[in-house]
Amino acid sequence: MSVQASIEAKLQALEPSMLLVENESHKHHVPPNSETHFKVTLVSERFGGMLPVKRHQQIYALLADELAGPVHALALHPYTPEEWAARGGERPDSPNCRGGGR
Amino acid sequence: MSTTIDTIKQQIGENPILIYMKGSPQLPQCGFSAQAVQALMSCGERFAFVNILDNPDIRAELPKYASWPTFPQLWVDGELVGGCDIIVEMYQNGELETLIKATAAKHKDDQPEA
Repeated sequence: MSVQASIEAKLQALEPSMLLVENESHKHHVPPNSETHFKVTLVSERFGGMLPVKRHQQIYALLADELAGPVHALALHPYTPEEWAARGGERPDSPNCRGGGR
Repeated sequence: MSTTIDTIKQQIGENPILIYMKGSPQLPQCGFSAQAVQALMSCGERFAFVNILDNPDIRAELPKYASWPTFPQLWVDGELVGGCDIIVEMYQNGELETLIKATAAKHKDDQPEA
């Protein structure tokens, strides 16, 4: 299974009403077709009343194997359905690479 | 001899506004660290930073201690606030400046005189 498919499968535990996993590795200094940098946008009722830091920690816990292995960066944008609607379905852009940490 | 975890606890305990990042505020080595530290600097208060590229022990141990696998990490008043995505979102909705200004005001008397 690809890293992307594995991330998508594991995040089903959060019962997302919307899940978007984007491979942004091509924006970084890694070989072609790498699976190292991802952006996850996840909308779930589960995040209601939960601080952002806790939402992220829940996702990190589910993806501990990926983060300990192939995944180098993971941009997370977790929202409740209400927050997602208020944003009009817009997710933020990830920053550009600065070439460090290789 | 203190362990890495002791060092981390001391850094977090002694610095009310602390960012662990790749590179320095003047020369960030990662886009995520650059974005986060820029938001933090725009709040106009003094803060501490640790360059984890110069501190491989902290880079290895802090993610376990924090339940947070990546950098940057912003710690305010001994609590993890979050990484780049949270910092930038809080910056955009004004919460970051409120938090940083309130924390700086709360601690302005307990910083040792230089």
